[in-house]
Parts: sequence; C-alpha cells; structure tokens
Amino acid sequence: MPQLSGSAVLAFLLRTVWPILVFVMPETDSTAYDSKIEGNVIFTRFDAALNWVRKNSLWPMPMGLACCAIELMATAASRFDIARFGAEVMRFSPRQCDVMIVAGTVTYKMALAVKRIYEQMPEPKWVIAMGACASTGGMYRSYAVLQGIDQLLPVDVYISGCPPRPEALLAGLMKLQEKISRERSLRRQKPELLEKLEEALS
Amino acid sequence: MIREEAFALLNKSFGEKIQSKSEFRDETTYTIEANDLREIAKFCRDDLSFDYLLDITSIDNLGEEPRFEIVYELYSMPHAAHLRLKLRISEDVGEVDTVSNIWPTANWHEREIYDMMGIKFKGHPDLRRILMWDGYPYFPLRKDFPLEGLPSEMPDVAFTKVTSMEGGPFVTRPSTATAKDREPRARPPQL
Repeated sequence: MPQLSGSAVLAFLLRTVWPILVFVMPETDSTAYDSKIEGNVIFTRFDAALNWVRKNSLWPMPMGLACCAIELMATAASRFDIARFGAEVMRFSPRQCDVMIVAGTVTYKMALAVKRIYEQMPEPKWVIAMGACASTGGMYRSYAVLQGIDQLLPVDVYISGCPPRPEALLAGLMKLQEKISRERSLRRQKPELLEKLEEALS
Repeated sequence: MIREEAFALLNKSFGEKIQSKSEFRDETTYTIEANDLREIAKFCRDDLSFDYLLDITSIDNLGEEPRFEIVYELYSMPHAAHLRLKLRISEDVGEVDTVSNIWPTANWHEREIYDMMGIKFKGHPDLRRILMWDGYPYFPLRKDFPLEGLPSEMPDVAFTKVTSMEGGPFVTRPSTATAKDREPRARPPQL
C-alpha cells in the first residue's frame, strides 16, 4: 500500500465522504468502543453536528435597556428557567456571548454603545430583538428613540409584546434554535478553509 | 411660624418685588422678577424655612413675550407648606441665576432645563446636558422642535434620524373616528 500524504487523505475525504463525519459517542462503562456501528457511532453531516452543539448552548448577552429586561430576568429565573434551552449562561462580557438579547427601548444615546457591544461579540453571533421597542421603536415615536435595532444590527428573531411574556422569549429562543439548525455553518463562516480544501482537491 | 405668617412675612419683605400672588385650591403662587430670584430664594430658605426644593420646571410659551417661564416648587418641612415661585424670561436674555448654591438639589434640575429648553443658569457649577449627549445641537422640549426630531450626527457618539409618524401600531391620527379606526393593530403599508 502506497504511503498516503495528509493532503491526499483530505482530498479523498472531500471527494467521497466530505459531508459525512463520524462522531464516536463516549462509553458509559469501561469497555472500549464496540464494533456495532449502530450502537456507539453516529453518522451525520458536519454542519448538523456543529449546529446541534451551537444551538443548545447559546450564551446570551443580556442587553437590558428597559422593562423588557425584567421579563428577561424572569425568563432566567426558576419559574421559566431558560436553562432548559441551554441559554442560562448570561455573560456580561460580550466576548463570551453568542446571542445578544436586545431587551428594551434603544435610545439614540445608547444606540452606538449597543452596536459596539455587538461588534465585540465573537462570531458566530445572533441577535434577538425582544419587544416592540427593540423591534420598531414601539410606542416611542419621538426624537430620542431609535426606531428598531435592526437599523444597526442584523436581527434574527423579533419578539412581539410590550413587554413580551417569558414564554414569548422562550418561543423566540426556540425559533432561533430552529434557524441555527438550518444554517450552513462551515460554508458561511469558514470560506477560506473551504477554498483551501478545494485547492487541495484540484 | 405658621404658613400664613410665612407668606405675610414674604409680602412684607418683598412687597414691591412681587409681581403677583395667586391662590388656587390652597396652592400659593408668587410671580417674581428674574433678577430678584436669588435674593427671594435665599430668604425663603433661611427666614421662612422652605428648606426643600421639590422641583424646577420650565414652560415654553412660544409666541408670547417673554417666552420662557420657570417654576420653582418649594416645600417647608417644619410648616408642611408648599410655595410656588414663578418667573418669566425672554428668549433674548435666556439666562437666570442658579439656585444650586441655595438648594443643592437644583443642580440636576437646572441641567435638565438647560438640556431640554436651552435656558442657561448663571453661576451653575457644572452646566452640561444631562439627558442628551454633549454636542447634540437642539433643545427638544421647545415648542418649535418637532416631535419626530431632526437629523443630527456626531461620529462615534450618537446620531438621530427623523422618526416616521405614520404607519404601524401605536400610531394615532387626529380625527373624529373611533379608536378602532384610528389605531388599527397594524396598518397596511401605503404603496
């Protein structure tokens, strides 16, 4: 058998089983991996596995700007328990966050600060506009209020309500999870890597 | 000293400087000259023991002269009595003495009036905007400032845009129609 170089193996993988990746599930008892394919090995698309990991561990940036933040806190507390959806780790540093929940009225004075915090979040990142104010300016048709955070940030999910109930926020979070599970993660976020792989192929 | 005595003393001491006095539902209002403000305010605090400044507000009577009106709401803890002082200043003057060295709480009240109305306070220790950002070019509570705002731009600080007053929920149009017609939950976009 000829010696295969790393790039040759990669090229072979790309040509044949590229979208398929093998995940080996850890055993609960001490025996080694068993041979039964169905038992401990799962075949899936790489994107699906990546998205599955991402969507079940969304770390929110709580951008609490008005009364919606109270509902956001209630969502995180025991009665509604956002931890059931893996999003309980509210981080007050944008550098550790995945999803910014814009909860409340965005005034012009705050607008660029919100944008800056969003820009400090690492990719991949998502935005939930929680409530009427964050979505459209709400009842504040005035000189002081930004008419929807989507004028500055790419919003993934809008939640209606003034303020929305915690259930609505959870529903919005589940919508975002659905959206994430449909994403072409690797293709979207690592175009350079894919280009390199394509080059190695040709 | 009860409430009536305090007012009598005020009348006696500043009789010629008080432009008018009015009583309405047990609320006493004195109208004074802007130049006499500091003297009268100090007298009210020290001699009449109106030791608490509840609020300062300003009114824009656009089209009248003098244009602006400032209202001081005083309260006396010992007498449990209210006193209201009013004064008017024209747009050309646009400046009135500060009372922040008499009642320290006036500091932020006066900053707010400066921010919203553009009235300056002579002798104020720190006259900056308090709600809008430094460099915002307008005074938004003036009557000639449109509700939908005016565009402005301060790079890296803030910007403002003109707000659309049409369309969407939460918008009401002046008419005699019923509330159901005036405030539909969502108005179809007008193409």
